[in-house]
Amino acid sequence: MVASREQMIRQMRQPSLWQRLGVLDWAWAALVVAATAGTYIVLGEVMNGYEVVITAFTAATMIGLGWHWPASRGYMIAVCGLSLFAISRYPDLAAAEADFFLKYLLSSQSAIMWMSALFPAATLAYGAALFTGNDFMGRLGSRFTWLAAGAGLIGLLVRWHETHLYEGGIGYIPVSNLYEVFVLFGVITALIYLYYESAYRARTMGFFVSLVIAASVGFLLWYHFDRQAYQIEPLVPALQSYWMKIHVPTNFIGYGCFAIAAMLGVAYLIRARVADDSPWAARLPTLKQIDDVSYRAIALGFAFFTVATILGALWAAEAWGAYWSWDPKETWALIVWLNYAGWLHMRFTKGLRGKPMAWWAIIGLFVTTFAFLGVNMFLSGLHSYGEL
Amino acid sequence: MVQTAATLSQTESPARRQTRRGLAGVWLEFLGSMNLAITLLVVVSIASVIGTVLPQNQAYTEYLIQFGPFWFEVFRLLNLYDVYSAWWFLAIMGFLVLSTGVCISRHIPSVWREITRYRTHVREQSLMALSQKRRWRLAEGPDDAENVAAAALQGHGFRTRTERRGDAVIVAGMKGAATRMGYVLTHVAVVVIALGALADGNIGLKIREMTGNLAVETRDLPLSQVPGDSWLPAGSGSFRGNVTIPEQSNSGVVFLQLRDGYVVQELPFEIVVEDFRIDHYPNGMPRSYESDLVLHDPALDEPIRQTISVNHPLTHRGHTIYQASFTDGGTQLDLTGHILDGSGQTLPIDGRVFEDMRLQLGGVERVLEINDFQLFNVNRDPRSVERTGARDEFVNVGPSFNYSLRDEAGQAREFHTYMAPVEIEERWYYLHGMRTDASQPFRYLHIPADENASMDTFMAFHQALHQRDRVRRAGQRAADAVLAQMGVANPDLASRVAGTTDDMVATLVEAGLGAVNARLEARLADASRPEMLRQFSQAVLQRTLFELYRESLATRRGVSPDQLQIGADEQAFFEDAVNAVSGVADYGAPIIFEIDHFNHRQATGLQITKAPGKNVVYAGSAMLVAGLFMLFYVSQRRVWAMVRPGEGGGSELIMAGVNQRSPEAFEQEFETIANAVDGQIGRPDAGSARTEDQ
Ligand code: HEM
Repeated sequence: MVASREQMIRQMRQPSLWQRLGVLDWAWAALVVAATAGTYIVLGEVMNGYEVVITAFTAATMIGLGWHWPASRGYMIAVCGLSLFAISRYPDLAAAEADFFLKYLLSSQSAIMWMSALFPAATLAYGAALFTGNDFMGRLGSRFTWLAAGAGLIGLLVRWHETHLYEGGIGYIPVSNLYEVFVLFGVITALIYLYYESAYRARTMGFFVSLVIAASVGFLLWYHFDRQAYQIEPLVPALQSYWMKIHVPTNFIGYGCFAIAAMLGVAYLIRARVADDSPWAARLPTLKQIDDVSYRAIALGFAFFTVATILGALWAAEAWGAYWSWDPKETWALIVWLNYAGWLHMRFTKGLRGKPMAWWAIIGLFVTTFAFLGVNMFLSGLHSYGEL
Repeated sequence: MVQTAATLSQTESPARRQTRRGLAGVWLEFLGSMNLAITLLVVVSIASVIGTVLPQNQAYTEYLIQFGPFWFEVFRLLNLYDVYSAWWFLAIMGFLVLSTGVCISRHIPSVWREITRYRTHVREQSLMALSQKRRWRLAEGPDDAENVAAAALQGHGFRTRTERRGDAVIVAGMKGAATRMGYVLTHVAVVVIALGALADGNIGLKIREMTGNLAVETRDLPLSQVPGDSWLPAGSGSFRGNVTIPEQSNSGVVFLQLRDGYVVQELPFEIVVEDFRIDHYPNGMPRSYESDLVLHDPALDEPIRQTISVNHPLTHRGHTIYQASFTDGGTQLDLTGHILDGSGQTLPIDGRVFEDMRLQLGGVERVLEINDFQLFNVNRDPRSVERTGARDEFVNVGPSFNYSLRDEAGQAREFHTYMAPVEIEERWYYLHGMRTDASQPFRYLHIPADENASMDTFMAFHQALHQRDRVRRAGQRAADAVLAQMGVANPDLASRVAGTTDDMVATLVEAGLGAVNARLEARLADASRPEMLRQFSQAVLQRTLFELYRESLATRRGVSPDQLQIGADEQAFFEDAVNAVSGVADYGAPIIFEIDHFNHRQATGLQITKAPGKNVVYAGSAMLVAGLFMLFYVSQRRVWAMVRPGEGGGSELIMAGVNQRSPEAFEQEFETIANAVDGQIGRPDAGSARTEDQ
């Protein structure tokens, strides 16, 4: 025994986060910082202080995400690169029809259509993997999901640019109506799922999660073709606020997580009926895995939903004159929140697991869906977007 | 095994330690119990639904109509029209907060122990029962083993405490106590938010009302007549009220809506509204609502001037002023009323929006109520849709105003009249909407505009139709001409036909084309050759009307009727004019208005709030978020090392640990700690260690 305790501690100390970062991590951070600085140089003049803070915060989030989940870097680079390319070919709205790349790939409408094709394709591929046990199909499902999430986000970013091309300066961040947030929902849910897929190295959950995304794409397509909801319309004054930039995406992280948890609840109920020695057992996610990811999804969703609701309250305090006015949308947000608080308590303090929790998560999605859609359809209130 | 894990990581609940509990103890246990908490979470959710399904805070008369007298009363007693301030709702919320409070206070001692105590009192048996454990028999002495174990724990970020018990040394390490703080923060936050919200609720008003210091006013009175017991002095707590202030006008109060009435809240300052503006997008949608305010506060040397808009309120002395709505502020309208009795008389009127006026019309008194004025009416341009397929081209068709005419019986019709003619299929019309029921859309009378863009030609034509002898002469000429065309010379027939034509014109003016046709059909019923007679009568009527039109037009243009050129435009005008005459018969008003001039004045609707609890709620929210992330993303781990002297100067080391939150992650962490220990003492060259798993 030669070493002193200090020496040993030094030898055994776990590298801190900073020390674990490699060259690539720093390159990533530098890239994001450079891109953000570039953005600031180009757009700084038209941003207000809050927007600068939001941009900086977005950059920090991107850096953190890239460090924590290296696979997301390629995604972010590709999405930003292609969006910039699209924007560079977009001097005016007519270019959407005239330019080859825009017309077939990158105008917001084309990109969103690609997304709408790729998500169902992912569901089919994951489904094939589930029913045949073919691993290649699973990998294909994953690829499609990445591509669809990319197409959707490009669609939104390019649409952001398009809103600024309309006459009369109507430019706004495209998370302001039901059409746009459905695209956002697909993108965010897919990305959260992909994170869990890579964290658990398992594609067996893919079919279930992509099913709910495909359903939302179905709605999106109906909304597009039946209601021409893709039209860009100017924002009502109440929505013209930087709060929208943070409130809505935060909310959708919550919704996405809850949707994933509910679909995993379905997977749980199915898996619980399957005998352990049947071939299905190997193709379905394990009960433990489901249980684990459900908890993680609901915890993440709950945390973000809480933040979103608080941001909503801050915004309401600025736009409507009260941080809480028992507007139906607010009230339903509270209901959703209390519901998952109940779920978390059940699991954590009573240690309840298994089927009841799976059912609860599934019912939770209905409550959430009502808060997200039903309120707009059936109840009137102050929330001024998303009437069907 | 699970049992042991739990006893190691969590101290017993205080309740269990108390063997003899009083009634208070039973209550506390009930209030702090998880079952109650979950039940309350679910009950609050369900109760909240009611308020979203039943529209809140509407006029009581609407509920009465909707539910009928019985259920109206039942719902009123249950406070369902204002669920969220109903006693029972507040009571459930109160219970939830109380229960959370009790829960925290009961857990705080154990949380404190969790954070501060190292739990050095462990036995080998209980360590070996944990899910993660490892045992080494080492050649090194106990001191070295202890050193290595402590270093491994500290190297992995554990805080440690070493204690000697008998011949054993115990190194107890822990990490991630923040998760426990997370629990405290989250739950304290719930209580803090609730208290802040309570301070901002209308409990204060309710107490004043119950103690008889405040009476809700339900009548619509001018401010100066509102009785004193419906006033609240400035600085009397939180409130949220509304006030409408016309441009160039001021207010020092707001109105707080309470059930089916209001109370008046005084402000410590006065607000002057200099201007209100609506900015529009090209498609006519509002882009922004803005009010230029001047705040006169006796405490300030200079008044505050600020423009507020949606999302950009003004805060002064704890009061926040929001742009909430707008209405007309009493726009002044110079109107010309064309009386439709054929007299050609006009009636100049100086009116004002929201003002009532008595008019004597044809011996009947009617009340003219001007209800609203719109400066812009932006519609989708139908031509651009045809031309380019675009959905985003719009035209502004200019100002319009709404009014109603009430007769002596109190019956009213509503009207909507545009100031300027509107283009429809390349022709221009003055539009006059009418409805008898506010739930229906307006039906529009289209009065064709002449080449001077005025209603005068139509008015002259309409007037001519009332002049019996002119009509009769025209009818005679028309009958002669039609008979001549048919090659029939029958003066007797001609004059008979002229007579019925006269009658038909009168019917047209009074009851419209439908009635004319009905009368004609009735007459044809017993005629010998109905078809021929119908065609003949119609041709004569048509020609009569045309003659009259030609005369009026010629008079207006100052030429003789024969010199008048009748082109396609005139022809189309004539057809429109006949339809309009028929429409006037349905219009139901003896007068039609034209706007000559207006002086636009708007009023801004301000919402003014005072919410002293706001910052408390925000602080609570910050705690909630911080607490949640700590709860979810920090997990508490404990690892113990037990060192005992072994054979021949060697030692025995047991390490074991627990983490209930995320066992999988902990399994890995424990693995690396154990490997680190191996790395120090189990190095191949040392050759001294024997590791035994489990
Ligand atoms: C509106 C009321 C409440 C909310 C929003 C709330 C929220 C939460 C949340 C989000 C968690 C974290 C769950 C997890 O760790 O995954 C939690 C844990 C917990 N809550 Fe509540 N809670 C509320 C009321 C209560 C009440 C009334 C009690 C008392 C019985 C209680 C007792 C606990 C306990 C014991 C934990 C576990 C703490 C731990 O594992 O460290 N909560 N609560």
